[in-house]
Amino acid sequence: MRIGVVTFPGSLDDGDAARAARIAGADAVRLWHGDPDLHGVDAVVLPGGFSYGDALRCGAIARFAPVMETIADAARGGLPVLGICNGFQILCEAHLLPGALTRNQHLHFRNRDQHLRVTSTSTAWTNGFTEGQEILIPVKNGEGCFVADERTLDELEAEGRIVARYTRGNPNGSQRDIAAITNAAGNVVGIMPHPEHAVEALTGPSLDGLGFFTSALRYLAGSAAGGQLTGGAQR
Amino acid sequence: MTTQHDTATSGATAPPEVPQQPANAKPGGFAATDVLINQFDGGPDTVERALNTSDELQPHAELGLKDDEYDRIRQILGRRPTASELAMYSIMWSEHCSYKSSKVHLRQFGEKAPKNTRMLAGIGENAGVVQISDEIAVTFKVESHNHPSFVEPYQGAATGVGGIVRDILAMGARPIAVMDPLRFGAADHPDTARVLPGVVAGIGGYGNCLGLPNIGGEIVFDPCYQGNPLINALSIGVMPVERLQRKEAAGVGNVVVLLGARTGRDGIGGVSVLASATFDEGAEQRRPSVQVGDPFMEKLLIESCLELYDAGLVVGIQDLGGAGLTCALTETAAAAGTGMRVYLERVPLREASMSPTEILASESQERMLLIVAPEKLDEVLKVAEKWGVWATDIGEVTPSETDGQPGRLVISWNDHIVVDVPPGSLADDGPVYARPIREPADLILLQADRAETLPRPSTPDELRETLLRMIASPNLCDKSWVTEQYDRYVLGNTVLAQPEDAGVLRIDERTGLGVALSVDGNGRYTRLDPYEGARLALAEAYRNVAVTGAEPIAVTDCLNFGSPEDPAVMWQFAEAVRGLADGCQQLGIPVTGGNVSFYNQTGAAAIHPTPVVGVLGILNDVARRTPMGFPPPPTAEGDLLFLLGDTECELSGSEWAWVTHGHLGGRPPKVDLAHEQALGRLMAQASEREHIVAAHDLSDGGLAQVLVESCLRRNVGARIMLPEHDAAVTPFVWLFSESAGRALVAVPRGHDKAFVALAAEHNVSCVQIGVTAEEPVLDIHDQFTIGLDEVRAAFTATMRNLFGGPAEGVTRQIAAVVEAAELAAAEPAAEVEAADDDRATGTSVTLEISEPAHPASGPADEVAEVPSGPDADPAVTPIDAEPATAKPDDQPESKA
Repeated sequence: MRIGVVTFPGSLDDGDAARAARIAGADAVRLWHGDPDLHGVDAVVLPGGFSYGDALRCGAIARFAPVMETIADAARGGLPVLGICNGFQILCEAHLLPGALTRNQHLHFRNRDQHLRVTSTSTAWTNGFTEGQEILIPVKNGEGCFVADERTLDELEAEGRIVARYTRGNPNGSQRDIAAITNAAGNVVGIMPHPEHAVEALTGPSLDGLGFFTSALRYLAGSAAGGQLTGGAQR
Repeated sequence: MTTQHDTATSGATAPPEVPQQPANAKPGGFAATDVLINQFDGGPDTVERALNTSDELQPHAELGLKDDEYDRIRQILGRRPTASELAMYSIMWSEHCSYKSSKVHLRQFGEKAPKNTRMLAGIGENAGVVQISDEIAVTFKVESHNHPSFVEPYQGAATGVGGIVRDILAMGARPIAVMDPLRFGAADHPDTARVLPGVVAGIGGYGNCLGLPNIGGEIVFDPCYQGNPLINALSIGVMPVERLQRKEAAGVGNVVVLLGARTGRDGIGGVSVLASATFDEGAEQRRPSVQVGDPFMEKLLIESCLELYDAGLVVGIQDLGGAGLTCALTETAAAAGTGMRVYLERVPLREASMSPTEILASESQERMLLIVAPEKLDEVLKVAEKWGVWATDIGEVTPSETDGQPGRLVISWNDHIVVDVPPGSLADDGPVYARPIREPADLILLQADRAETLPRPSTPDELRETLLRMIASPNLCDKSWVTEQYDRYVLGNTVLAQPEDAGVLRIDERTGLGVALSVDGNGRYTRLDPYEGARLALAEAYRNVAVTGAEPIAVTDCLNFGSPEDPAVMWQFAEAVRGLADGCQQLGIPVTGGNVSFYNQTGAAAIHPTPVVGVLGILNDVARRTPMGFPPPPTAEGDLLFLLGDTECELSGSEWAWVTHGHLGGRPPKVDLAHEQALGRLMAQASEREHIVAAHDLSDGGLAQVLVESCLRRNVGARIMLPEHDAAVTPFVWLFSESAGRALVAVPRGHDKAFVALAAEHNVSCVQIGVTAEEPVLDIHDQFTIGLDEVRAAFTATMRNLFGGPAEGVTRQIAAVVEAAELAAAEPAAEVEAADDDRATGTSVTLEISEPAHPASGPADEVAEVPSGPDADPAVTPIDAEPATAKPDDQPESKA
């Protein structure tokens, strides 16, 4: 399986996402923001960082990168896409996910090891977890406060599209403790904390982040076998 | 992002007499050609004009040049310097660039340097480079950015990070981490509430955006730093050995390329240039200001430089920092002995009206100077374009003189020759002073006033109260309020980071090769005895690295002192350098580079002499690093705790004397470097043989502090039985003495005999003082017991109380900024001159502060919505509070 990781100017955790994909057993393929070709990858990670220096708004310019046009089309066709941190911001700017990520309520960048509760396991990126499982992965952002209007929030809850919530403390003031959400099809997931930094005992607080990448591989294997977990058809 | 968006601002047609922009330069942007030449009163001051007006008075004194220095410049040139030349000499001969006061002392680092085969580049380069395996080298250096950070905390600190990172990059390395040793005035002083949050946000804002993990540092409060906070920044980078870059502008005919950001007026006056009204009377819009950082540009600069190195496209490279183009042009040419011909009108500008002198003096950030073979220029430009950074051919390397003398640096601006100098006279042949030194008059009295005579707590209750008071004191308390604002995970190789003793990084994923880094200093010790204080700082950094299991191999230092014109300060400097050089000689590890920061002084009051020492160590297998936290005990009996090294009654200069008595006097603890080496070897072997599961160096606050930190790290208790005490070494002394050369280790049962034997083999004294416990308590037998919850509450509340819950911090800060701006406006102008050092910020003290100093502040209305002040609605705090108390319901806006 080939997982593509996009590098935008200002992407920072792209190497880490690629490493995580490799540790999970995938081939990591580096994608370039200016190249619309996805080089036949089976899934895409939009990594953390400060694409385009966060100019205008986080993710506002990355959304228009040539590679994003292809990714947006493919995502609508079912390609599994995981947006981490800045990647989540880009997915929201690209309207692949609802809502927006705003400045942390306390106005500081915040880096800590964060407990999450996985609340949806029917996505391409979380099917390997158990419902309600508590996991520990690093959070590090300045603009991670998820906001949406009440109707959207209610919808997300009603449709089971809140993928993970902060537990034992909310690090940024996100509404309803939202840490990760998915689209209706379950193939596109945006998450504020960084699963790619919890894949090795030596460097992470846990190995819990690996589950996101192995879930994708499982999902892809399932798709290849014709039995899809959720969501639309493979590209 | 490419440069196309800039083309809208270009389009000025060059006057016919101006050479056309070279075809290979990037288009667009303001060019110097946009300026009407007559703006400069008949044109810029040219060499020709200087020859014809040799008697014209020049403002050399205002630029910080002494009369005899000015005479020497005239002698070197055989005429008066042009305005641009004068500015260049004043910059390059400033204390900051020329090290004119420190040079005679710093030589010891070379003279006393131990033989070392690892060092590939040392003092005099942008940063020292040490080889850590057959293929891999690392480069690291610590530098100061003190004065700018006091003037404008956010940008000052941010550009401090940017500057040191470019030094690392210029050596050919990929920067992989930063560390920040910080010193502020009294924790509860209103101005500290202005400076600290801004500095921390600036370091975070720049480093996080650059994708560099922040893996350690220091945060120290002392009133002596009130008007002179010390903002030091360390960076480390890694490279394949063969990628080491040179700064020489070698190869006649090679192209000089300016890469990175466009040049603006920021930072001009950094070394007090252009502060003179003679240069420009209506200078309103040209006011020099603090450099403004753009980490995104620096990130692109890093990626493009690395791509250029790997493709072998660069002959020489030098970063632009303090002294900007002036420094980069003269140093690269002087290093090669070549000449250089530079066309200033080609330099891409942010402001079209900049004069040639300003272009040469600008300290705009995120720029590098490349020397490129002409046939590779196109490839270089392509790489730059790929990453969206400017690359401009601004000149070429020229031959040395026909008589064998080094070449000349000739700089023109629209066909006017404004500079024609021997580059070595600027870069290498600056003045050198052996300044008078004199032991401070008060030192004898100070040393006689020993803290060992102060009243001490003795009853169990008093000891318990002292412990809680100590761990809540600003210097010893938990600093996660600060460190949580730094990304420590990015790049995925951080094995240990603050609050651990040393930052540990994985360097090679295949082999597990890693490095450990620590920076330490203790201004109080150095105040009491600069020679021993410097050795103590070295010993502590060495020990911090050693307790992780690493082998210390190299040193960098940032020497922060008062005015070198004060003989007492100069004596402190001379003694500290001598102590550090002797110490490094004895430990067998060389100083590979560093920086001197003088003039950290307000009026007659200098800061404590504060040498900050960074030590780098190697771990062949980074997986066997020893962390500081006690692991959860494998059995109910717990791991065994041993105290290594000798504890004596050494309280002078200690945190205890300061916190409980406000006392500073006596002599600092003794330091025995041979013992430090033995301890280091013991720690490395013990970790290799897996005899220890945790280790923590003892320093400020003594054993009590270490127990608290090691327990709280993973919420594991400890039961301590203090060793036998006598009249001299009482329970109090065991807990709070700051004797050097000690560490606390946790040894799993079954390993204790072997460990004790190993300690004996290394001649390190070793005494069992207790066990770890499942129950979360710190129990000092026969003295007191405290639950870890109570310990944690005391340890973690201080920073939040001082600097607010985050939201409160912001509003307080804005008030403080306003107040500080008023304060600064009232500062006497004389203080501004102190900013000679540190790419300093010249005359802009009163100018920029009222700008929003803190991008994190957000719009005012956003701030206003957030309750503030000590009596604020508790609803705000849960975000920042301990997880156990955080309830989503408590957050404003978190529910319908």
